[in-house]
Amino acid sequence: MIELSNVSKTYGSGDSAVHALSDVNLCVPKGTIHGVIGLSGAGKSTLIRCVNLLERPTQGSVTVDGQEMTRLSGGALNQARHRIGMIFQHFNLLTTRNVFDNVALPLELMGEKRSAIQSRVLPLLEMVGLADKAKQYPAQLSGGQKQRVAIARALASKPNVLLCDEATSALDPQTTGSILELLRDINQQLGITILLITHEMEVVKSICHRVSLISNGKLVEDAEVGDFFTAPRTQLGREFLNDFLQLSPPKELIERLSATPNEATHPVVRLTFSGDAVSTPLISRLARECNVDVSILQAKVESIQDRTLGLMIAELLGTTEQTQKAMNYLQSHQLEVEVLGYVQRNV
Amino acid sequence: MSSAMFDLILQATLDTLYMVAISGVISTLLGLPLGVLLYVTRPRQILAQPVLNQTLSIITNIGRSIPFIILMVAIIPFTRMLVGTSIGINAASVPLTIAAIPFVARLIEGALNEVSPGLVESAQSMGATPWQIIRKVLIPEARGGIITGLTITLVTLVSYSAMAGAVGGGGLGDLGIRYGYNRFNPTIMLITVVILVVLVQGFQSLGDYLVRKSDRK
Repeated sequence: MIELSNVSKTYGSGDSAVHALSDVNLCVPKGTIHGVIGLSGAGKSTLIRCVNLLERPTQGSVTVDGQEMTRLSGGALNQARHRIGMIFQHFNLLTTRNVFDNVALPLELMGEKRSAIQSRVLPLLEMVGLADKAKQYPAQLSGGQKQRVAIARALASKPNVLLCDEATSALDPQTTGSILELLRDINQQLGITILLITHEMEVVKSICHRVSLISNGKLVEDAEVGDFFTAPRTQLGREFLNDFLQLSPPKELIERLSATPNEATHPVVRLTFSGDAVSTPLISRLARECNVDVSILQAKVESIQDRTLGLMIAELLGTTEQTQKAMNYLQSHQLEVEVLGYVQRNV
Repeated sequence: MSSAMFDLILQATLDTLYMVAISGVISTLLGLPLGVLLYVTRPRQILAQPVLNQTLSIITNIGRSIPFIILMVAIIPFTRMLVGTSIGINAASVPLTIAAIPFVARLIEGALNEVSPGLVESAQSMGATPWQIIRKVLIPEARGGIITGLTITLVTLVSYSAMAGAVGGGGLGDLGIRYGYNRFNPTIMLITVVILVVLVQGFQSLGDYLVRKSDRK
């Protein structure tokens, strides 16, 4: 369980002050995976570092597993950090230690005996699939293997919470997939609470239960992943989603779009289907019942965890009354209809 | 070459090695902690102490800016207090050590600065104390840079030790000046220079070997 309440972080003071985080409230229940997504410089990095106090919040409180981190310092803070694992974008493995000794480091720091270390490290390496690499050095490993070592290291002290700082951003898509799978397994098998920050929707889609959207140091959206992907509430959320779905009207169409309709134009719409609407043959019914033709420009169906999301960009061909009726029909069937603009009929 | 001359050269070589060894070891023992302190007390570092850092930095710079030949003469009273005499190889080792401490410290500081800040951050996230970070992260990860720095120090000490002859310090430099230069014996001059070259080459090769051995990147 991670709880941030009214957390702000300001660098500098006066006119040159930079507000990296403003009044952030976040609650990650025990055993869940929570993603924080945002663009570079939005404050993701500062946010995750406020949890284990690598950055000390200027205001507000951070509580992890009932312990108020923001009240701790020195030895007590170090003790609390043993219960919070963290992995990083660039892995941060010690180059002069082999795989075994890297995973052993947090245990050494806690003053564990050599025999206890031995019996803890090997199963961890087994779990991340690197038991045969114990004597190798990080330089001999691939990016994905390095992150696996880092995950084993982060779990060595049996933490209840794992913080992932852009953990897959330096990896190729395939390796990203396998690391995310490992994180999901860890979450399910060990019940560890995971807070991750990322700029990739793919990461949120694959493993997160809930997601927060961060912009200019503020959390602007907080939703179940299924809801976020089917109906983001903010403009930024929609931009992330469109970017992820790579669904936007062709450039030459955008150039021809005008903002206002007249008798000689027809609408171009973006339709978002979710829930029951996905499995209903709505387009053919639309054509029959409203007497319009539908010209599909782009379409895509995505499964997000247990939900299915359909997206379509289409031109509705018909008279003004017909197309208006068609849009009403679609809306009455729980589709989200967004008019992108109008194009000339004869083109 | 007479055997007397041979003995002279052998003795001078041993004297040089003695001075370099004494000053090398002591300056490392004192310069290493100073270098670590210079690094970890920097602003935003694990033991940030801006005032202490500035103070240490100024003292180090003063030590580095005094020409060796002047330092040697200036600290004669201190040398005499420490080893009871101001001439000979023991006396020469004192200014050599004093001069090398800030030199070592700056090289160590530079080597630590090459350690990725991410490694320190991840150790902090594991709950490492500053002392654990120094011992288990900074120094091991800077190993290659530290060895390179100590090699540079040894080579510099070989050259500085030649100056010690000016205060009756002994060693190869002293021999070269007294026999080679003052008594117009080009052979002796050449031999001392050749031995110095060999020593420097030896230290450098040893250092390079150790750096290679420690490198896991």
